[in-house]
Amino acid sequence: MHHLGYWSLAVYAASFACYAWNLYVPNPWVGRIATALLAAGIIVHYFYLYQRSLMLHTVPYDDLYGSMSLFAWLLGLTYLGLEFFHRQRSVGAFVTLLLICWIGALRVLTPRALPVPTVPHGALFALHVTLNTWAYAAFALSFVLSLIYLIQDRVLRSRRLGTAFWRFPALDVLDRMARSSVYVGLVALIAGVSMGLVWQHRLSGGYSLGDPKVIITVAILGVYLAYLFLARNAAWRGARAALLCALNFVIVLFSYTFVNLYLTRFHRFL
Amino acid sequence: MTTSTTDRNNTVRIKVALIGCNHLTAPVELRERIIFSTQQALQAADELRHQGILEEAVVISTCNRSELYGVPGDLAASATEAMEEYFTSFHQIPRSELHGRLYRWSGPEAVRHLYRVAAGLDSMLLGEAEILGQLRSAYNQALDHGATGPILNRMFQGALEVGKRVRSETEVGARPMSVALAGVKLAERVFGNLKGHSALILGAGAVAEQVVEHMRARGIGNLRVVNRSFDRAAELAQRVGGEAVAWESLETELGLPDILVTSVTASGPILTRSILERALAARSGRSMFVVDLAVPRNVAEDAAGLYNLYLYNIDDLGEIVAQNKKARESEIPRVEAIIAEHIDKFEAWRGALEAGSIVSDLREQFHQQREILIREQLKDMDEVSAGERDRIAHITEKLIERLLEHPEQKLKHGRGMRGRLAGLEAMRHLFGLDEEKK
Repeated sequence: MHHLGYWSLAVYAASFACYAWNLYVPNPWVGRIATALLAAGIIVHYFYLYQRSLMLHTVPYDDLYGSMSLFAWLLGLTYLGLEFFHRQRSVGAFVTLLLICWIGALRVLTPRALPVPTVPHGALFALHVTLNTWAYAAFALSFVLSLIYLIQDRVLRSRRLGTAFWRFPALDVLDRMARSSVYVGLVALIAGVSMGLVWQHRLSGGYSLGDPKVIITVAILGVYLAYLFLARNAAWRGARAALLCALNFVIVLFSYTFVNLYLTRFHRFL
Repeated sequence: MTTSTTDRNNTVRIKVALIGCNHLTAPVELRERIIFSTQQALQAADELRHQGILEEAVVISTCNRSELYGVPGDLAASATEAMEEYFTSFHQIPRSELHGRLYRWSGPEAVRHLYRVAAGLDSMLLGEAEILGQLRSAYNQALDHGATGPILNRMFQGALEVGKRVRSETEVGARPMSVALAGVKLAERVFGNLKGHSALILGAGAVAEQVVEHMRARGIGNLRVVNRSFDRAAELAQRVGGEAVAWESLETELGLPDILVTSVTASGPILTRSILERALAARSGRSMFVVDLAVPRNVAEDAAGLYNLYLYNIDDLGEIVAQNKKARESEIPRVEAIIAEHIDKFEAWRGALEAGSIVSDLREQFHQQREILIREQLKDMDEVSAGERDRIAHITEKLIERLLEHPEQKLKHGRGMRGRLAGLEAMRHLFGLDEEKK
């Protein structure tokens, strides 16, 4: 990993420490520092991805390592946007922890071989991949938020309230944040898929609709649209919708890893 | 006028003193007789200063405490005696009646007491925030009135900082300590901000009214009151700015509120599972938070299992309050650490002021000794010319400055408060500065 990669990891870790501190003992200044550190981590991470691309003469998504790193970067960016939009910091500790674990796991889980430079596919293709990765990152965020919702709901029902309980965001806030995240994911996914289809049509004059990646992407669109519909339904709103949202992410993970690595012909990492 | 004890040698020795009593030392029958109104507090501060008992004064008076803080006008141990004398004469209470009821602190102990008060450690309800507002108000009034000076200003500003830090950095004041507030705080865990949400109050019990007050303070959007007696409902509704609803329309009303607070005297549950099930259906499954304050309970036990209904009864809330009390108590060491840190800061400031005065005392004493010595030694030396005498005087003056330079720096900028204060005391003792004053 380039030294900027280690730097971004260190800044994310510092941000996590501040978010965790702020969760344990709320302090507006510590919260602000946590947000500032996250923003700094995202900037350093961006330059890391840029440097890596320049060094390898490739784009981040050409290999599993780069793609997962881009995913982490977009996850941080999406969370930062949600934090500003909803004015809620108490989830930051969980998101930054996920970021650290994700980036830390990259070295262990991804192949050591460096990617071979490929022929550029153009801006449309770049947008297609980046938007789809952004969608996955947003869905990952909704997964984290839904999990916290389920824990909070369980604690409220059990009536055994621990120290952290009073610091978590309210159920209503978590619900709104999870839905916002899914909206971001769906918009990014629809835009990304559309660009991919246009790009493929320009290239080959047709569409490979039978590709497992296309099929599972349509399934992902379906399950998240179902979530948004059911989240407003009397019988589903609340914990059931949160559970559905969390389970939907399993399909996303399957698509992102297993399908990309073994099933698809067009969407494999190079 | 100086704001601390200044003797004829221009020595500044800073000491604060405090006398007072609180809920731990005096019963309410006594406390209510020694309360100071705002005007009386300012009058007492004025009189204490004009009578020369104190040079700076602040009076704090709440329902749980009456305390006089000040910087005594002289260093005698009788400062607190004089304050007590004034205190009893002001309220026209025999001293014997206050015997054993008043506490007296001076020096760092007085500072510690004030900081503990600001932190809420000395309050009836551990960690309560109200005292900090009362302290700020008492101090600001004294400040505006000109009753304070640099020492009490520093001390009270430190206290306000302690109060603020304790509430933002520890959990001592974070969790609700009353059943009513616990209910409202739990509702906030479901809905977040209560603004724009609605509540229905079933019954008109005292605790229910407290819940309503907390909800009102948080800007609850819509408030309705239902009671078997419409008049009582109307009375409560008018008092809390809500709307009274007839008992007969209870079931229809149940579909509207996000929060339901019930405290009706009844032999069995008024709200069964099926009634609440219908209410949830009427509100399209949106979450409902129910606080059942009645004994016997108004809400059937099996209703707790309803989806999106969060039900808390009086025992649940009582248990939460007990947990919170324990949690607050466990925070005391952290609060004490913040207090200790601020006492050190105050003492460092005080020490630095005193160090400056000690060095000037020493300088004055050395110069006196130098003049005496030169006069004695040169008395019989006629061969020493006037020019040589001037040179001797100049050299010995420079020697004194050089000898004082190091201890002065050590005392002003040395590390470790305890060591520095011990150093100050040792210097006073070794060079006989206190005896000199007497």
